[in-house]
Amino acid sequence: MTSAAETVSVPRRSGPGALARAFAFVRRHLLTAYALLAFAYLMLPIAVVVAFSFNNPVGRFNFTWQEFTLSNWAHPFSYPGLQDAVFTSLQVAALSSLVATVLGTLMGLALVRYQFRGGGTTNFLIFLPMTTPEIVMGASLLTLFLNFGVPLGFGTILLAHIMFNISYVVVTVRARLVGFDRHLEEAAMDLGANEFVTFRRVTLPLIAPGILAAALLAFALSVDDFVITYLNAGAVVTFPLFVWGAARVAVPPQINVIGTAIFLVALLLMLANILWQWRRSGRS
Amino acid sequence: MGFIHRHKGLVPYLLLLPGIAFLAVFFVVPTYYLANTSLQSGDVFDGYVFTWAWENYSNAISTYHPQLLRSLQYAGIATVAALLVSYPLAYWIAFRGGRWKNLLLLLIIAPFFVTYLIRTLAWKTILEDDGLVVNTLQAVGLLADDGRLLATSVAVVAGITYNFLPFMALPIYVSLEQVDERLVEAAQDLYASKARAFLRVTLPLSLPGVFAGTLLTFIPAAGDFINAQLLGTPREYMIGNVIQSKFKVIADYPEAAALSFILMATILVALIAYVRALGTERLSI
Repeated sequence: MTSAAETVSVPRRSGPGALARAFAFVRRHLLTAYALLAFAYLMLPIAVVVAFSFNNPVGRFNFTWQEFTLSNWAHPFSYPGLQDAVFTSLQVAALSSLVATVLGTLMGLALVRYQFRGGGTTNFLIFLPMTTPEIVMGASLLTLFLNFGVPLGFGTILLAHIMFNISYVVVTVRARLVGFDRHLEEAAMDLGANEFVTFRRVTLPLIAPGILAAALLAFALSVDDFVITYLNAGAVVTFPLFVWGAARVAVPPQINVIGTAIFLVALLLMLANILWQWRRSGRS
Repeated sequence: MGFIHRHKGLVPYLLLLPGIAFLAVFFVVPTYYLANTSLQSGDVFDGYVFTWAWENYSNAISTYHPQLLRSLQYAGIATVAALLVSYPLAYWIAFRGGRWKNLLLLLIIAPFFVTYLIRTLAWKTILEDDGLVVNTLQAVGLLADDGRLLATSVAVVAGITYNFLPFMALPIYVSLEQVDERLVEAAQDLYASKARAFLRVTLPLSLPGVFAGTLLTFIPAAGDFINAQLLGTPREYMIGNVIQSKFKVIADYPEAAALSFILMATILVALIAYVRALGTERLSI
């Protein structure tokens, strides 16, 4: 590699070499084309999910396009069990993201704002759940519950979701805290605010977008989780578990309707967050 | 409040305590019970008892090494494929994205907003036997007339690649975004061609992102079973399929726990080998 590049770089001084010209062409056109193709690849399944929410399938499997219909959207919960599953998922997501956001934000504050012994170990502990395969995490949690005879159900799902969400909250909040200007807090304290007033009136508003982004991420991860939930759910059915169970015997288009709705809500929230940041950065 | 003022050094520990305690009880301690379970013996009717049953490990390896090797193989191929798609994409966003960078990044993570199982089922539609992809490949002769993609290893690897691609693209983007473009300009001022400037400046500076991306892709990919289950057949089953069915279907908890540990150990060995290979490669650059 090195020798090839060197032989090319010598005539470069008199005029662009063949490799350099080829690379310039790649940079100019092929790269853009490649990026657009990659985006198309990323969007294709999403387009399929959305399109097939308007399909009127023949039989139980919604895999082949038949005809356009709005009836799936008009009656999204007409498929038995789907409504309960979606409701369970939303409950688990709301509760687990709330708890994980509180615990994770406190940890993020500690890690960024303070020097203390054990910071490295703490970072490692936060990093580990994000790099452990879900099946292993779900399996070890299940063996804990099995060995203590804890009945599997809503409670165990909730505990599992809080567990895997904490790390993501810490990482998200910490990323936003790193660029934080501490002089603003010092100014507030100089003006006579005590620590709690400073935190509530200065720190919290400034890191609020980070906390909100973390909470949204936790909510999304919770709604989406299948593997860990599947192992620790017992008889309780969340939306992904419902899809899994249904996929063996049928894939009703209502699944696509719920999937599309979740997608749109998440997309709108993320867009709103981006716009919010743009406005804030525009003001300052 | 007086207490906090008197013991300022305790504040970080108080902030950490609830989260650490939660992770300790529901992440660290379960590892002990997984190890404990993996050495139990008995059966599902009379219950399992801890007996130092090391044979769970040897039985698991002798019975399921094909699935284990397949997991590594599929995850490895998917990781390389994700890298090939992600790097140019991340490069394009980082250096050509302009003020639209955040929106383009949103497009990269957009697949995550569609429920994992649903987006995998969408691939079933895309790759189906009489679908556009299969028909096109048959028309240009890349696939035999009776050939299919669904229920093959190609479909499973394609599904894994797609599902974990954002984990690859985001860290690469972050490291490319941090590359100081003045360094690239300096290299070109010193008569490096654009190709050489890329190879000697941009690429080495983005390697931490590539490294993080490959880890974040390979690890979940090696433990995945959803793609093999939905897009493949038992011939494509990975170690995750075995573990989940042992836990959920036949309730053979000790062997499932042993397999979980074997999976972790295998991933660890693969990672160490990877770090070593990357380390020597970086020395030669």
